[in-house]
Amino acid sequence: MSGDGRLTQERLRELRRAAIAVRRHLIDAVHHAGAGHLGGPLSAADILVALYFELLRIDPQDPQDPQRDRFILSKGHSSIGLYATLAMRGYFAVEELRTFDRLDSRLQGHPDMTVLPGIDMSSGSLGQGLSPGIGMALAARLQGHDYHTWVLLGDGDSQEGQIWEAAAVASRYRLGNLTAILDWNGLQQYGWATDSGYTDLARQPAQENPVERWRSFGWATIAIDGHDLNEIVDAGHRARATEAPTIVVARTTKGRGISFMENDFNWHAKPPSDEELQAALGELAAQEEAL
Amino acid sequence: MTLVVGEQVAAQRDVFGDTLVELIDQDERVYVLDGDLANSTKADKVAQERPERFLQMGIAEQNMMGVAAGMATCGLIPWISSFACFVVNRDLDQLRVVVAQPGLNVKIGGAYAGLLTGLTGKTHQEMADIAVMRSMPGMTVIAPADGVEARAAMLAANDHDGPVYIRFTRDPHPTIFPADYRFEIGKGVVARDGGDVTIISTGVQTVRALEAVGQLAAEGISVRLLHLPTIKPLDVEAVVAAAATGAVVTAEDHTVIGGLGGAVAEALGEHRPTPMRRIGVADCFGESAPNDDLLEKYGLTASCVAAAVRALLQD
Repeated sequence: MSGDGRLTQERLRELRRAAIAVRRHLIDAVHHAGAGHLGGPLSAADILVALYFELLRIDPQDPQDPQRDRFILSKGHSSIGLYATLAMRGYFAVEELRTFDRLDSRLQGHPDMTVLPGIDMSSGSLGQGLSPGIGMALAARLQGHDYHTWVLLGDGDSQEGQIWEAAAVASRYRLGNLTAILDWNGLQQYGWATDSGYTDLARQPAQENPVERWRSFGWATIAIDGHDLNEIVDAGHRARATEAPTIVVARTTKGRGISFMENDFNWHAKPPSDEELQAALGELAAQEEAL
Repeated sequence: MTLVVGEQVAAQRDVFGDTLVELIDQDERVYVLDGDLANSTKADKVAQERPERFLQMGIAEQNMMGVAAGMATCGLIPWISSFACFVVNRDLDQLRVVVAQPGLNVKIGGAYAGLLTGLTGKTHQEMADIAVMRSMPGMTVIAPADGVEARAAMLAANDHDGPVYIRFTRDPHPTIFPADYRFEIGKGVVARDGGDVTIISTGVQTVRALEAVGQLAAEGISVRLLHLPTIKPLDVEAVVAAAATGAVVTAEDHTVIGGLGGAVAEALGEHRPTPMRRIGVADCFGESAPNDDLLEKYGLTASCVAAAVRALLQD
C-alpha cells in the first residue's frame, strides 16, 4: 500500500490480474462441469479478490487458525467464484477447480465447510449467511479475539427476511467486528417484470435503496464501485475500524467482464458453449493485455 | 432399572433453567440463546443469575439458529431456548443448512413440547417434532420422561459433540427416575419386566404408561415396559429384545406418524415383525383446553394406553 492508504500501482495491477484469472478459472470450471452459476460469481470476483488478497487476515497454510478472519459466502451459489479465488490464493491447486460439481469433489455446487478447508460456513440456501457471521463476531467478543468477520451478500439473497432479522440483531449488539458486503448487481435468477412485462429482458432492480435500508437498521454504510479494487480495499479498511456493524454497498454488474453476459439475467446459471467459452477467454486475454 | 411413579413432582422447564446454570458453571463454552421466551422456558434463570452467558436474540428464530451455528464453529456450545413449535418449524431450513449438515455443536431445547402447552392450543402444540427431527441426518433426538431424566439428558447432550434436540414439557409431572440416574444417549431403559405384552414409550408418556402397567397388572396382564428417551439414534437392540412378548404398543405425547411409533415400526418391520398398536395424537391439530380434558380427548391417558393393550391382546 502507498502512504495514503491507496494500493500502489504495482499492487493494483497484481490484483487486477488476479481478478481476471479468477474469472478465467471460474468460467472454465463451469464450462467443464456443464453446469453452474456465472453471473453472480463474475459480479463478485473483484470483491473476492480484494478480500482474499488484501483484506482478510488469513493463512492458506493454516485455514483453521482460531485467530483468522472469518468469511461467509451468503450468496452460496457463487461458490465457483470463491473456489477460484481460494485456489489462486493457495488454498489448493488450481487444477482442482476442474472437479467442480463432480461426485466426491470438495468443490460442491454450494460451499460445504465439512469437506473444504477454508470454508468457514456451509451455505446455499439464501438469506442465511449473515446470522452465522453474527455468531462468529459475538464469539470473538466473548472469547477476547480480535479477528474480523466478513459476509458477502447478494441483492437477491437480501430479499430473504432472515437477513433483516440478522441486521437488527447485529446492530443491537453493536458488532463493529462484523462487515457485510452487498454485491449489488441488480439482477436475480428471474426477477420482477418492468411495465413491458416478462417478455422483455429488462427487470426491476433486485434491491432498491440498500444504503437507506441498512442505515435505518443501525448499520454504518459505505457505498462504492464494486469493481474498483482501490475502492473495495479502502472500504474494507474503513469497515474494519468502524464501531458499528458496517455494510459496504458495492455497485456491481452481473456477468462483469464478459460483454455478452453482462446485465443479462439469463446468464445467472448457464454453462457457456465451446464458442462462448472461447469468446469469453478472448475478452479476458484482451483485458489482461491492456493492464 | 425398575421405575416407579413417585410422590415427587417436577416441571421439566424448571429443570431446563436450573440445569443451564449448572452447565454454565462447569463449562465455559456454554451460552444460552433465547427467542424471547425465557420466562416461559425458564431460561430466565440464566438471564438473572448468569447474565453474561445469556444472549437475547428476540423473536427471530431463523437468525437465532444461524447465530448459534456461527458460535459453534468458534468452539462455543450454544443452547437454544424456544418453544418446540417455533424452533422446530420456523427455522427448520436454518437448522438443516447451517447446523445439521455441518454437524455443528448446537443444543436445541424445545419447550412446551406435545399436547399440554398451558391453554395456548393449535399453534403452540408441537406434536411432530420427533418425526421432523429424527428425519434430519446427524441429529440426536431426546424426549426425557421426568425432571431427573431431563437434567441427566442435558448433561449428556452437553458432552456429546454434535447437534442435539431435546423436547421438554411444560407442566409438573411425577418423578420416576432415581436422583443418581445417569443418562446414556441411545440407550433404552427396561422399566418393568413382563411376559404378555410390551409397551414402548418415550417422554412424559412413560409416566402414564407406568400407570397403565399398574392397571393391567390388577387384571392379571403382565406388561414389559421399555422407555426410550432417545428416539434417534434408536436403541434397535432393546426394541427387538422387548418385542419378544409378541405384542407391542407404542405410547407417545406426539403424532402417531413418524415419531416413536414410526421408529419402532421401522425397526420391528425389518428385524422382528410383531403385531403393534400406536398410541399418540391422531393425525390432527390440537386445541386449547385444560390438561385433563386434552389428555382424555386426544387419547393419551393411562386408561387409553391400557385399553390399547387389551385391544391388541384380544386380536
